Amino acid sequence: MSASRYRIVQSSAASRVAATLGLIVLAALVLAPYWAGRSDLRLLGEILLYLSLASLWNLLAGYAGLVSVGQQAFVGLGGYALFGLTIFGGLNPIVAVLAAGVIGGLVAMPVAALIFRLRGAYFAIGTWVMAEVFRLVAAQVSALGGGSGTSLPTAVVQSIADGRDAREATSYWLALAMAVLVLAVIYAVLRSRKGLALTAIRDNELAARSLGIDIWRTKFTIYVIVGALTAAVGALIFLQKLRISPDAAFSVNDWTAFVIFIVVIGGIGTVEGPIIGVIVFFLLRETLADLGTTYLIILGTFAIGVMLLAPKGLWGMVRARSDIQLFALRRKVVAKLKD
Amino acid sequence: MDWLNAIVQGCLLGGLYALFAAGLSLIFGVMRLVNIAHGDLIVLAAYLGLTVTGALGLHPLMSLLIVIPAMALIGYVLQRGILNRTIGDDLLAPLLVTFGLSVILQNGLLEVFSADPQKMNAGALETASIPVGGITLGVLPVLMFLTAVGVIAGLQWMFYHTALGRAFRATSDNQAIAQLMGLNRAHVFGLAMALALAVTGIAGVFLGIRTSFDPSIGGGRLIFGFEAVIIGGLGNLWGTLLGGIILGVSQAVGAQINPGWQLLAGHIAFLVLLAVRPKGLFPRMDG
Amino acid sequence: MVEPLLVVAGLDAHYRDFQALYGVDLQVDPGEVIAIIGANGAGKTTLMASIAGLLPNRPDAIRYRNEPIGRLRADQVAARGIALVPEGRQLFPSLSVEENLLIGGQLGRPGPWSLETVFELFPILRERRATASTALSGGQQQMVAIGRALMSNPDLLLLDEISLGLAPVIIKTIYEALPGIIGTGMSAIIVEQDIGKALAVSQRVYCLQEGRVSLQGHSNQLTRAQISRAYFGV
Ligand SMILES: Nc1ncnc2c1ncn2[C@@H]1O[C@H](COP(=O)(O)OP(=O)(O)O)[C@@H](O)[C@H]1O
Ligand SMILES: [Mg+2]
Repeated sequence: MSASRYRIVQSSAASRVAATLGLIVLAALVLAPYWAGRSDLRLLGEILLYLSLASLWNLLAGYAGLVSVGQQAFVGLGGYALFGLTIFGGLNPIVAVLAAGVIGGLVAMPVAALIFRLRGAYFAIGTWVMAEVFRLVAAQVSALGGGSGTSLPTAVVQSIADGRDAREATSYWLALAMAVLVLAVIYAVLRSRKGLALTAIRDNELAARSLGIDIWRTKFTIYVIVGALTAAVGALIFLQKLRISPDAAFSVNDWTAFVIFIVVIGGIGTVEGPIIGVIVFFLLRETLADLGTTYLIILGTFAIGVMLLAPKGLWGMVRARSDIQLFALRRKVVAKLKD
Repeated sequence: MDWLNAIVQGCLLGGLYALFAAGLSLIFGVMRLVNIAHGDLIVLAAYLGLTVTGALGLHPLMSLLIVIPAMALIGYVLQRGILNRTIGDDLLAPLLVTFGLSVILQNGLLEVFSADPQKMNAGALETASIPVGGITLGVLPVLMFLTAVGVIAGLQWMFYHTALGRAFRATSDNQAIAQLMGLNRAHVFGLAMALALAVTGIAGVFLGIRTSFDPSIGGGRLIFGFEAVIIGGLGNLWGTLLGGIILGVSQAVGAQINPGWQLLAGHIAFLVLLAVRPKGLFPRMDG
Repeated sequence: MVEPLLVVAGLDAHYRDFQALYGVDLQVDPGEVIAIIGANGAGKTTLMASIAGLLPNRPDAIRYRNEPIGRLRADQVAARGIALVPEGRQLFPSLSVEENLLIGGQLGRPGPWSLETVFELFPILRERRATASTALSGGQQQMVAIGRALMSNPDLLLLDEISLGLAPVIIKTIYEALPGIIGTGMSAIIVEQDIGKALAVSQRVYCLQEGRVSLQGHSNQLTRAQISRAYFGV
């Protein structure tokens, strides 16, 4: 039995169908400013930004085992970077979004060096402390309105695009581009050697170490990548909102709790999970929004229920019934046909 | 004199932080559970105290007679009903479930009590003070601090000198073998959470007397408690008290420099200590 | 005819996908001491853990005093009078010697065993009662583990390889104490690698091989050849 009779494939019929469907959906999304109304477009943009946040948190927690509850640090940092760079640096907002990403990555490095000293759940709360520090520092920046925050000046807003429709479309396209970028980066990371190392670490840290995988460096790299992208997403969020304040920018509920709920409801540790989760989250939100705080109580209860009854999430339930995989990540050994 | 005063007031405030932290420390020690909803449970206790004082016309401190057992009961039911199902090797389950609880509690309180800040009125106790040397000590902060010392001493004694404490330590060491000894870990964990929330009840009532509160402030209290636990060293109760004091003093000193720096100074002290002493000042010494 | 104390019938045990026991049948009468022998990995510890309630089973697979206990939790099994001295001793490291013993007695079952009688059985433990259990020698730790199990005044005592890793003199001391324990009318199941010791202390013996009972009989009637065949499968 020679090795050449087998080949390793990463794609499957399901993933090819999914890719085709994905392209169709993508095309529809690109054209959304032409078919969707203003409020629908805003909602779509928000969904895409939440998809990015959820996918990033999933990479961090579901793959690298870094369960952070402080990603609002980077969302807020990105938002404040956008405001600072456009208002004081005179940068074009779109350039500022990219710069916010760079800043996010740079800040993530010392942050990681410090909080990687904490393990497990204490790491989680340590990330939250970090976010609190960021929030309190932001509240000290009186040039950006201190504790009460500030709005993006009209001149900056107008420099995004001419006219409100064009601006909202640009904002939306940026959110779409960001979601595509985030998914592409995650896909690339997971298919790389680092991705394999991550899976190995997640499955068994001790064994991974004995295989010579440098766990700290692998986790550090992922943390920095996620920090950079999360900051860029944060910049886009506040480019859409046009107003920032420390409490909104560093909100643990908005940028972490809901994001975790999305990932867990959809299915942690899968690329598909956050996509499913974000759809469910927004379906719930749009149907129950009138209930106000009751909606959040229902959401919290739903997330707890999923965690206790179906810890692999909705996508996990689908997977348990069929071996389907939309993003071809697992490698399969297939016997080659005679050739 | 201002500085000495700030330091003394900070010490006393540290007692309250130690009360926030003691419950966290206890449940982490016994079942390795980190409860994200801990701060919201403190706030819940404050609202319970408010309701009891309002309904019965009691002094806020007397409301403890009802708040403490009520919180203990909530703790036991919560642990047996929900949290026990999350205990295991997986970190995510307890984290997510307590996060969910946190969101439920916050919004539940918001629904019932609205977002308006509330405060319990302890009458003359709030303004009473005793001059010591050149500084005046508020009776309430002193009472809070002494209560914290008493609670920590009590917990320490319970842990090392009672059958319940023995059961807690045994279960913490090895759950399966403890079960063999006839200890039902679900029940032991329930008792640990009951005790932790009883302490939380005290913390909540003191919080509600000292400052105004609203449903959103739980996260901040969780963080103070967490910082005190880590500074003092995981699983070390006296260390936790010291952690609370360090936090309180840092905040008071920060506020003395610039009123806006109060909280920031506390967090920075925590991060600096984390950088130089990642295992805390007193690493777990009870084995 | 006396009613048996413990009846194990068709017991299977699994660790995830791996099956460790296959249809094990076993019986212990009141006052009887049985030995279980078998090579490493044969499933002896798994059998002990199943009886003690550490592994869940069909309710009916294990009956104690004619009550199905297969599905009960370990604490419920302990409350009914079954105590396990686990393999590797497994003392509580953050408890002192005395506290380890007290935790064994916390069910409060009445009977001859108390702190006092355990100290009479193993006098060295009285001297070291306040010591951290981790500071003891292996033999002393084993004494604490046995004492801890006795403190619950069990009717059925399960001893899993109590001589494991101990020096021969210590093993001798511990085995000399055994008659004083099981002579009190207590039943016992003794897991032992040393076949000579196993046969000497027991009335009947079971041999496990790869999760199955490969031989059983009266300790004084089995031949060496029979045993080594059942033991090694040759
Ligand atoms: N926790 C466990 N997980 C998986 N397999 C186990 C576990 N414990 C024991 N086994 C396996 O079950 C079989 C029986 O083990 P055990 O009951 O410990 O045997 P013995 O006590 O006779 O040496 C062995 O093959 C062992 O590898
Ligand atoms: Mg064994």
